Amino acid sequence: MAAQPAALAQVRIQIEDFDLSTEVAALHTADARVGAAVAFVGLVREWTPTLAPSGAALPPEGALASLGRPGAGSVAPTLAPAEALDCLELEHYPGMTERAIEGMVEQARQRFEIFGARVLHRVGRLGLGEQIVLVAVTAAHRGQAFQACEFLMDYLKTQAPFWKKEHGAAGSRWVDARTSDDAALAKWGIAASNAA
Amino acid sequence: MHTIQIRFFAALREALGATELRLPTAAATVADLRDELIGRGGAWAEALARGRAVRAALNQAMVPESAPLKDGDEVAFFPPVTGG
Repeated sequence: MAAQPAALAQVRIQIEDFDLSTEVAALHTADARVGAAVAFVGLVREWTPTLAPSGAALPPEGALASLGRPGAGSVAPTLAPAEALDCLELEHYPGMTERAIEGMVEQARQRFEIFGARVLHRVGRLGLGEQIVLVAVTAAHRGQAFQACEFLMDYLKTQAPFWKKEHGAAGSRWVDARTSDDAALAKWGIAASNAA
Repeated sequence: MHTIQIRFFAALREALGATELRLPTAAATVADLRDELIGRGGAWAEALARGRAVRAALNQAMVPESAPLKDGDEVAFFPPVTGG
């Protein structure tokens, strides 16, 4: 693929919120080759099972097991206020985090026919419903754009140096790495052992 | 002896009560450095104990603990990352 202006591959770590339309437009404006733009936005969820203190009543097993499965969002059980999440705190390693994500974007470029890619990740304290991360990709056709976007997000989840801390009525705790995220990366042929 | 800049993140930073540390050391590898810190005892021995999930970076790139050290290197210790 022909080399494109550096401005098309952009990684930003910031405290401030971002605007989806602005970021996507910046990726394809002045690039007439683009026929598809795919963007993913990650949000701070209403509640999380990991915050519940040990011994506390948890939702039925089936409800917990459905978490993380496509389409499971509509069956999320209602939790007692004591287990609710107030906000999420994100920490990163300035310098290393940006470099790591730039490396992931480079890998996405080698695997897929994409033109532009942008990854924005917020840090600091984020309240319920706030945007955490944006991954946006442009390509000539939707197939490559969808795949590259999912690849980047799976990669981010396991390999990007971010740490999450949950704050809620039940207290505060650092989120444990999940082996399910490593598994998500495995489907791209990348062996990950972050959580192991 | 060389001087290593050490950084800690997330739960490890909190457990140690330390964000950064500048340490003259004879440690030849990242593993040696971790062992030296464990040797301080107390919270250090507990948070960095062998068997605990601790990851390491050398000059801002993830490395296995066998990575060799030289003067002026930056080493970071942190828990497994929890992504975006």
